[in-house]
Amino acid sequence: MATEKITGHRFLYNFRKYKFLLYQLVSRDIKTKYRKSVLGVFWSFLEPLLTMIVLTIIFSTLFKGFGVENYPVYLLTGRLIFTFFSGGTMAAMRSIRGSASILKTVYVPKYIYSLSAILSNFVTFLLSLVVLFLVMAATNAPFTIYIIFTSLPILALLFFTIGVGLILATVNVFFRDLEHLYGVFLTLLMYATPIFYPPNIVPASFRFIQDYNPIFAVIECCRSAFLYGELYDPHQLIFALISAAVAMIVGLALFYKYQDKFILHV
Amino acid sequence: MKHLEKTVINVENVKMKFNLSKERTDNLKEYFIKFLKRELNYQPFWALKGVSFEVKQGDKFGIIGLNGAGKSTLLKLIAGVMKPTEGHIQVKGSMVPLLEMGAGFDPDYTGRENIFLKGALLGYTRRFLEEKFDEIVEFSELEDFIDVPLKNYSSGMRARLAFSIATMVEPEILIVDEVLSVGDAKFQQKSREKMQSLLNEDATVLFVSHSTLQVKTICNRAIWLNQGELIAEGSAEEVCDLYDEWISEES
Repeated sequence: MATEKITGHRFLYNFRKYKFLLYQLVSRDIKTKYRKSVLGVFWSFLEPLLTMIVLTIIFSTLFKGFGVENYPVYLLTGRLIFTFFSGGTMAAMRSIRGSASILKTVYVPKYIYSLSAILSNFVTFLLSLVVLFLVMAATNAPFTIYIIFTSLPILALLFFTIGVGLILATVNVFFRDLEHLYGVFLTLLMYATPIFYPPNIVPASFRFIQDYNPIFAVIECCRSAFLYGELYDPHQLIFALISAAVAMIVGLALFYKYQDKFILHV
Repeated sequence: MKHLEKTVINVENVKMKFNLSKERTDNLKEYFIKFLKRELNYQPFWALKGVSFEVKQGDKFGIIGLNGAGKSTLLKLIAGVMKPTEGHIQVKGSMVPLLEMGAGFDPDYTGRENIFLKGALLGYTRRFLEEKFDEIVEFSELEDFIDVPLKNYSSGMRARLAFSIATMVEPEILIVDEVLSVGDAKFQQKSREKMQSLLNEDATVLFVSHSTLQVKTICNRAIWLNQGELIAEGSAEEVCDLYDEWISEES
């Protein structure tokens, strides 16, 4: 149909046209988050560092660090990745409903709101990687070429988060219960993912939770490089990439199917 | 006003349906209960029931009608924020909607930052905004407050900033909902002049109002909507006279 041809053509044009808006929204999120705090954007370094220190003290005294070698790096890798996923998807989920007043007055491609919410979390995540590198240096962790290779699983994580975020944003427009439900689900997911404990303490009958967890696949990939200076298991990467592709396809399909109805429900 | 015979807005048999269920089912529990009880009844409400018209380039086009006639719905459809249930709308040219201009501001942002944020929302480029920045600030008369967070602005100051950003372009199509009475008397005078200068150019203007007097002074063509239907279309004089007649008969 003629209209479909126009919208298909519009997509790339729109992206170029609204690149500046995307930049504005991302920098707004980051700037207002730290506005009025004395240390400002330094909190993106300080917050993960302090949390890591607290958790390391707790777990290395109570549980002797579960016998994990270099516990601070082990913990920080898992936590930073999981925090990006949970923060990004949460922000994306609220993005459409949160922009209701603009949605009703100006035409802007709606995915821009969800995308900017995730990208601002991604920028914070990238900044906090600096902390990880500092902790690695302080704990004599190996710096190898394989650290560069972690960009692939991290990209997979970004796209997985965008896909899941689009699904959540769409569903949340129609069912607001999701905001409460998803918070509970994230807590469950956090404890089901080996972030502060090693994967082998989980009974074998529950290991499937780890095997089918794309976030854990990304964490494993990064730990191989950051912790042991080795190349990750390519199967893990492939699993993460496939999960990202599936999430993106489902997310985009759902979002595009229902986006014209958003305005009637926000 | 000259007529350039180029159609810039083409509205073709547009229908718009809203679901007016008595309570909105927006949570899962309610939805399931109602689904099981088969109570998911929607009350369809047709805000527009098949409206067609064309707007030529340079037209100052008035839309009149009572509250709930479908005027605002029509503007939102043309602005592209909603899609019609049925029918087609084609718009050619850059468009600036002056609808609820305060939307899109961030209260924690300063005036300066909000100019860029709001400008980006309206689809302006960074270079354009940097060029026009001084002009926007000067027009809004907010020089002393431009680095103050917007939450400390008075509502009048906020409205002045919004108006200055929105009208800083010379759009090909301008969408105006009701009269722009912004700020104090002095600023109103200024904004009226600004509007007038926008009106004098080749811009196409869509103007919504209850007041036939305003429509007559500003517009050359007009339509009259009532309960989602197009009652009359023609020159602004004719349509306004018909409407006034009908109003006095009704009351």
